[in-house]
Amino acid sequence: MAKLAFTKSKAFYDQYFRNPNPDKKSTHYCPGCGHGNVHKFIAEALEDFEVVDRSIIISPVGCSVFAYYYFDTGNIQAAHGRAAAVATGIKRTHPHSIVISYQGDGDLAAIGTAELIHAANRGENITIIFINNAIYGMTGGQMAPTTLIGQRTTTTPRGRDVHNEGFPIRVCEMLNSLEAPVYLERVSLHDTKHRAKARMAVRKAIKNQIDGKGFSLVEVLSPCPSGWKMDPVDSIKWIEQEMTKVFPLGVFRDKSKEVESFHFEKPQLPADQITDALGLSQLKVQHFEQSKPEEKYRNPGIKAAGFGGQGILLLGVALAQAGMLEGYQVSWIPSYGPEMRGGTANCHVHISEQPIGSPLVAFPDVLIAMNRPSLERFQNDVKEGGLIIYDSSLIDIEPSRQDVEIMPIPATRMADELGNTRIANMVVLGAYIGYTNALNKETVLATLDTIISRKRLIDINRQAIEKGYEFGYEMKQKASGK
Amino acid sequence: MAKELLKGNYAVVKGAILAGCRNYFGYPITPASEIAEAAAYYMPLVGGTFIQAESEVAAINMLYGAVSGGIRSMTASSSPGISLKQEGISYAAGAELPIVVVDIVRGGPGLGNIAPEQSDYNQIVKGGGHGNYKNIVLAPNSAQEMCDLTMLAFDLAFKYRNPAFILSDGFIGQMMEPVEFPEPRTDFPREDWALYGDAESKKNLISSIYLDPDELEEHNRKLQRKYQEIEENEVRYEEYHLDDAKFVLMGYGIVSRMLRSAVDTLRKEGLKVGMLRPLTLFPFPKKQIKELADRGAAFFVSEMSNGQMVDDVRLATELKVPVYFYGRMGGNVPTTEALIEQIKIYYQKS
Amino acid sequence: MGEKVLDKHITVINPELCKGCGLCIVACPQGVLKFHDKFNSKGYHYAYYVGEGCTGCSVCFYACPEPEAIAVYKKGYVLKENEEVL
Repeated sequence: MAKLAFTKSKAFYDQYFRNPNPDKKSTHYCPGCGHGNVHKFIAEALEDFEVVDRSIIISPVGCSVFAYYYFDTGNIQAAHGRAAAVATGIKRTHPHSIVISYQGDGDLAAIGTAELIHAANRGENITIIFINNAIYGMTGGQMAPTTLIGQRTTTTPRGRDVHNEGFPIRVCEMLNSLEAPVYLERVSLHDTKHRAKARMAVRKAIKNQIDGKGFSLVEVLSPCPSGWKMDPVDSIKWIEQEMTKVFPLGVFRDKSKEVESFHFEKPQLPADQITDALGLSQLKVQHFEQSKPEEKYRNPGIKAAGFGGQGILLLGVALAQAGMLEGYQVSWIPSYGPEMRGGTANCHVHISEQPIGSPLVAFPDVLIAMNRPSLERFQNDVKEGGLIIYDSSLIDIEPSRQDVEIMPIPATRMADELGNTRIANMVVLGAYIGYTNALNKETVLATLDTIISRKRLIDINRQAIEKGYEFGYEMKQKASGK
Repeated sequence: MAKELLKGNYAVVKGAILAGCRNYFGYPITPASEIAEAAAYYMPLVGGTFIQAESEVAAINMLYGAVSGGIRSMTASSSPGISLKQEGISYAAGAELPIVVVDIVRGGPGLGNIAPEQSDYNQIVKGGGHGNYKNIVLAPNSAQEMCDLTMLAFDLAFKYRNPAFILSDGFIGQMMEPVEFPEPRTDFPREDWALYGDAESKKNLISSIYLDPDELEEHNRKLQRKYQEIEENEVRYEEYHLDDAKFVLMGYGIVSRMLRSAVDTLRKEGLKVGMLRPLTLFPFPKKQIKELADRGAAFFVSEMSNGQMVDDVRLATELKVPVYFYGRMGGNVPTTEALIEQIKIYYQKS
Repeated sequence: MGEKVLDKHITVINPELCKGCGLCIVACPQGVLKFHDKFNSKGYHYAYYVGEGCTGCSVCFYACPEPEAIAVYKKGYVLKENEEVL
């Protein structure tokens, strides 16, 4: 049925109760300002599409900072330039909401350029209404990114000079180079015909969002009589005569018929599915018997060091994991601070019967050195009576310490014989527990399921641990004179 | 309950999801990127959203938008990134939005380096952005606390409608320890201030604008009353051998772990040292410090900074007792051994 | 009271909400909107409908930036109870 009454939209508040002005029926906009026209187009569209209740309008910084005075919708006031990011956040949170980011030229095309371009590039299913009036109105008529060449503003008192200020930014053309936007149109408010087009463009941009089509932006060439220091009627003439030359009108992009509807879903999962998704329900309470090492091998602080790529960090993780399974307190920390220099990778592991204070191991009980720089660098830190294990197939010197136990092991060669030099770390790990019994071998083997992501490699790592364990055990027997 | 050995950075994300967080917006930065990576992996699995934002500024503003929707949401970054986010944090404080932000602090100023520091204390605990506001700030010192305090951060943020921070560092983020996870939270009430995109909630306005000077002053007074209430109710700290301590060690985060070891060692040598570790940096355990100072205990504060929290300790003691400071910077971590050496020097003096 | 149906198109301008920008006046195809000699309480020469010649085209409604300053009713519009448009 044809419309018989053109009256204030129901999407506006009856009384603008948030406006501190005693007049609760008038907008705060200056006479002849285009914001009001565009507000009316938006309100009418929301009402006609019956989405007023689920709409959320983002007020920017600029003259439309108080858009929330008027719209009887959800309202968010955003920081300068951030409206598109704020719109993204609320839209993704409540995908059924209809989110309109209403922005001026300073907000959108200067300080908020990044937020605009990336919201457009992600194809956010939001509607951006961009009021281009070629000036900063709110702050008193300074240059906008869309100010015309030669246009006088309070910060271009002699007119915009391309050498100093560059050229007006054409937002639609710029966004049109992106793949994702669905609808980009530039319209104008300069006469009846163009206002009608503008009204239809706003409707389309909102309808696209309702239909899940994606990113839509309507750029509106809009009069700012106060900022331009013109009367309202001259202002619309100026749009026609000057602005449309620089900012050609028209549809730059319309893929709304081609693209499929898409709406994000935000399912609310029950607790058990959340636990599953986080991998927590797979965690088993396993009871591994605690090892019973000699006194001197209890509560070790271990430092493992070598080249990056030797699996040093994983070796440490396996130790900590096994320690945890046996009910010890454990900590693991990779190389930190100055230790990171020099191309060595190292980690610190505590396995302790008591709560662990510092997770650092400045003075290790056990040093596992997988290359020569590591041995040279850290051997003097080892506590008296401690243990140094080093890969004798790669390190051609012997430790200089006389007051510690030393176990050389040709770990890389042994790993090579098993068919993969990269498992030397596990050979050393096996040797450490074989020598000290600090952890049970079964526990260490049980960690492989967790720490080795490529399942086909589990078996060879297991062999490496076994082989290392035998080696370490025999070395201990020899050292004990058995 | 089974435990999982995992890094602090991962414990943050799992804890957040268990606490009901369903949106993560972030920008990559070392040493906080693992949090974003974990969120990118897990959020979609629990019906949540992960967006790698175009900038730190965009990320915090996406968070502003998301939390306007009344849904638990977060971001994380590291020091230079937090500097960029300060604008949005100020807006969230003004609009009383319960955003949760994790700061994995690194060396500064400027680009500094990617090693752990605690030099963001001032920019997080004292506000950081413009205006008269405070963040709730929690300082974990283990992987377990990275989970637990992240969960608490959401609860406190929503309880008080206030930004809440996890102030941690690259050291704790990288450290692996066993973590025991609680059951997930699933039932959350509708927030009466939030926007859900429906008729019931559309009356709500999320804004930090108060044009009238008296109104803005009243808003600020309301915020200050809220901070007062937080100070009265939410101070959390750990005491260690304080009963007879005449020398109190203070540090937060990773440094407190070294201090704890130092206490163990020094107690064996007969020194009457103890530790007071703030878990909340705002609210700060001022009362507890004052009580110890009134008792005549001297203080020794260690931070991985030029001495930022130490100012608050001095204020809380009302300058009645000596407050000594030992700091390391640039990513250097004070070892237990170095701390013990320093503590012994000052212990003799006091 | 029986329902009332408008027998002609009319434009209703609220003089207090008009800011005197004149955009409706230049837009009106019939030229039936004019500035009033009087000022409203805000100090604007407000626009008014001369009372004859409206075609209900609604051009002035969309030209006016104020949500509530102009209303246009077409012939056949059924007034709601207690509604007055004049």
